[in-house]
Amino acid sequence: MSAELHYKPIAELAALLDAKKISSVELTQAVVARTKALDGRVKAFNSYDEADALAQAAASDARRASGQARGALEGIPVGFKDVIAVTGQPLTASSRMLANFVSPYDATVTTRLKNAGAVCWGRLNLDEFAMGSSTENSAFHTTRNPWDLTCVPGGSSGGSAAALAAGEAIATLGSDTGGSIRQPAALCGVVGLKPTYGLVSRYGLIAFASSLDQIGPFTRTIEDAAIMLGAIAGHDGRDSTSFRADIPDYRTELTKRKGPWRLGIPKEYFGAGLDPEVAAAVEQAIAFYRAQGCEIKEVSLPQTEHGVGVYYIIATAECSSNLSRYDGIRYGHRAKEAKDLLDLYFQSRAEGFGAEVKRRIILGTYVLSSGYYDAYYLRAQKVRTLIRQDFLNAYREVDALLTPTAPTPAFKIGAKADPLAMYLCDIYTIGVNLAGLPGLSLPCGFSRSGLPIGLQIIGQPFKEAELLAIARTYEQAHDWKNRHPSL
Amino acid sequence: MNYEAVIGLEVHVQVKTRSKIFTRAAAGYGYEPNTLTDPVVLALPGTLPVMNKAALDATIKAGLLLSCDIAPVCKWDRKNYFYPDSPKNYQISQYDKPICLGGSVEIELPGAARNVMGEHKKIPLTRIHLEEDVGKLNHGAKDSLIDYNRAGTPLMEIVSEPAMHTADEAFAYLTSLRTTMIYGGISDCDMEKGQLRCDANISIRPVGETKLGVKVELKNLNSISYVRDGIAHEIRRQVAVLAAGGTLVQETRDYDGQTGASQSLRSKEMAHDYRYFPDPDLMPVKVDEAWKARILAECPERPFDKQRRFYADYQLPYTLTSVLVPDRSLSDFFEETAKLAGVGQAQVAGNWIVNDLLRELGARQLALADSKVRPSHIAALVRLIDAGTLLNNAAKEVFVEMFGSGEMPDVIADRRGLKAVPTDVGELEQWCRDAIAANAKALGELKAGKDSAINAFKGPVMKAAKGKASPKLVDETLRRLLAAM
Amino acid sequence: MSAPADLNIDHVARLARIALTPGEREQFARQLGDVLASIEQLKKVDVSSVEPTAHAFPVANVWAEDVAQPGLTVEAALRNAPAQRDHMIVVPKVVE
Ligand SMILES: [Mg+2]
Ligand SMILES: [Zn+2]
Repeated sequence: MSAELHYKPIAELAALLDAKKISSVELTQAVVARTKALDGRVKAFNSYDEADALAQAAASDARRASGQARGALEGIPVGFKDVIAVTGQPLTASSRMLANFVSPYDATVTTRLKNAGAVCWGRLNLDEFAMGSSTENSAFHTTRNPWDLTCVPGGSSGGSAAALAAGEAIATLGSDTGGSIRQPAALCGVVGLKPTYGLVSRYGLIAFASSLDQIGPFTRTIEDAAIMLGAIAGHDGRDSTSFRADIPDYRTELTKRKGPWRLGIPKEYFGAGLDPEVAAAVEQAIAFYRAQGCEIKEVSLPQTEHGVGVYYIIATAECSSNLSRYDGIRYGHRAKEAKDLLDLYFQSRAEGFGAEVKRRIILGTYVLSSGYYDAYYLRAQKVRTLIRQDFLNAYREVDALLTPTAPTPAFKIGAKADPLAMYLCDIYTIGVNLAGLPGLSLPCGFSRSGLPIGLQIIGQPFKEAELLAIARTYEQAHDWKNRHPSL
Repeated sequence: MNYEAVIGLEVHVQVKTRSKIFTRAAAGYGYEPNTLTDPVVLALPGTLPVMNKAALDATIKAGLLLSCDIAPVCKWDRKNYFYPDSPKNYQISQYDKPICLGGSVEIELPGAARNVMGEHKKIPLTRIHLEEDVGKLNHGAKDSLIDYNRAGTPLMEIVSEPAMHTADEAFAYLTSLRTTMIYGGISDCDMEKGQLRCDANISIRPVGETKLGVKVELKNLNSISYVRDGIAHEIRRQVAVLAAGGTLVQETRDYDGQTGASQSLRSKEMAHDYRYFPDPDLMPVKVDEAWKARILAECPERPFDKQRRFYADYQLPYTLTSVLVPDRSLSDFFEETAKLAGVGQAQVAGNWIVNDLLRELGARQLALADSKVRPSHIAALVRLIDAGTLLNNAAKEVFVEMFGSGEMPDVIADRRGLKAVPTDVGELEQWCRDAIAANAKALGELKAGKDSAINAFKGPVMKAAKGKASPKLVDETLRRLLAAM
Repeated sequence: MSAPADLNIDHVARLARIALTPGEREQFARQLGDVLASIEQLKKVDVSSVEPTAHAFPVANVWAEDVAQPGLTVEAALRNAPAQRDHMIVVPKVVE
């Protein structure tokens, strides 16, 4: 049995731990062994500290032995996207800029996971500063899709998705600014949840675009997503954009909510550019819900075509300012040969940032620069209002929306050299961030070539309990979660 | 040609709070380098700002004291520029929606003489906004060292309209602003500690012209007298340039108070483009009537309003109000004393405070708060004098001892035998009768209408009293007895 | 497609404090031109009566009380500093 520990969901492992059939040290050892065996090929991790993880696991076992176990996450190894601060661990954003940075503080989600007893496992690769959809933009290495090592895992949280799919962690955290949890979850065949903006604190998350970023979990099952969300959600005084929402017990809510639901199909999400295999899998999922007695309704989100444009203005503008702090002065990469202070900025940032990050900083600087603010940023914020209204209008008629997560299954490494082509990977996920909504991706089938396909369910603000229940209805009737890549 | 100067001031005032404006690291001055930081102050990856309510309260208070309109909604913007003292390379500030709009600073210009009140004027304000301070650069020979202790200290920027015309007006403006901030407990405004910093925009134009001339920004006016000297110098410089047929260029100049000279700062290598946009990490601020009312209730009386009231209610001369009023605790000390001393004694009490108390404090370099002499001491002293119990010279002696020991004047006077004697009315009356009986000539003159003749009786009475009789009491007793004759 | 006439890549890169190689300069100008062109369609949207969305769920007056809390030790504060002396960060001489 222990050979398969690395593929078990949290809920099942928690029961084994509670029953003293396994210890956290054993579980952590299994995950470490799996990582050591596979990560040379998958390359999901930027770094990990085996001794530290095992020490945390031993501390968890000691708590459990003294009757002080803290719940379902007690002793569970959780991997962190390398943009979430853990005291004493590297925090690199997969950037040369922060290659040697060690965090002196914990993100709020880290504190919460520690309080829940979780073992803070390794640092997971991403597109540098979370900018990208393939994890090819990492300054360190490209993470592989465990289902086909010649394909990308998606991004930007590609390491978080791939590690989970490969059994190198029991759950992982990612961040989602325009689809960076949901799209890699879809491409790697796992569950990825992007919570409502403001539900999970951003304190300790390296900012990409402040008004869009959210931390969320990658898990094997919807129940695990509920467990993880329950641990990390809730108001935080360190994040001014954190919302004072009621946090239900998401796990028990799952079994209480049974539908049937009214589900909307946004017609703009099924047009040109959607891969036929993805379309077919999503259509089958829709058919399933219809068969369950759900009312399926076509809805329209007419501003959808503007989503990518609005997103790239807002996200680049915010990132151009958020990334100004990386200047090689207080921390981070400092150029060796700078001839004066000005040159120190120019060279440190030229050397420290990769091409995509530079491209976005420059675009963002341009759209905010004198004379262009109204034409770009302000206009984008206004169109954002219309995009948000589209969703809120739809929610007058339906409880949630069903869409594909990504237009295609995983693509080959190196296939999308053109930034614009890459930006279109996020076409179905971006609107959710712009509107601040919760969205999740769960596996809904495989392509003929054996690559996973994701179904996106978009929920109403702060109604994650409902969203998770809708997803679980599908999950329980299908077996996708029990398929694993052959590695 | 005659020129008129047009001056606008941008004043930065540090708000006195316990913690910083967007994080709870301690704020303070004089600490070891980089000991007042936290991950937010240093802009470590992943950190976020959270507003300090006390900084908002203080800015609303400043706005109310300066008659500003408090904006019902204000927000935070990022001002993007790279500088090593700015940890995020953007400053969180307020761009198009500042917290306070309009308002004015009442100023008092120098009077014709030191004891004469000068003209009062109101200098209109454009706005007050709140922002974060930056760290401090220490320049060495080869490199610069950065201390981030100051970074993130709440900072108000108070912007005047270009409505001043002389260096004296600017000096009076800054003096008044400083007094008001200290009154409100908003800032200590110690310019040496950088708690108040001033930049001046100065232009000149021919008298009668309404268009503004070429503006020069004068920086590093590090003390209140440098502000006056620097502006006066800059006005003279501009006039001289034009008089010599030259043209003025828009520039920033650095004033050196030590040498009294200014020099142009190298024009910035790049044009400024701050790329202001709303800070997505912070929520807007809404100030409702209840909030304003609460702050209003905490607002002290404005200094110049108090000056007018002291004149009206206590008939205090300018020589006293000009000393008492600028210091809030001293003026409170005075009012408490005046209340205890009783009707008609305010000016006497004021003189004791301004002349004697301040002299003694000054001689020992003590603050008012350190004084053992409290309002009750001075009030008791004033009452003893009024009652004739203490003569002036004796009172001076009592005061000095009281200042050292903190004992009540009564106790000191008793112990030191400084009280006027006798207190026995019968004995005094007898000495008076004896003196009248012994001097028929003076009595005759008095009856003939020569009031000053009464003084002839006083010498023998004082002699009988061994010099310790209260002249006032002697005078009263003599008059009473004479009237009954 | 090529860069729009008003995209002064050198000026923008200087504002952003990023030195570009000639190759990056040419490539970024072209790529950003493409992105900006694709964004052009936004100008067709009628936003005349639309308020901008700065926050998806705006709440006013989010603040903390003014209570000082312990921060970082100097050692922790400077742990990641590329250059330090006398407990301060060292930078090339700043010319004001
Ligand atoms: Mg200014
Ligand atoms: Zn300022």
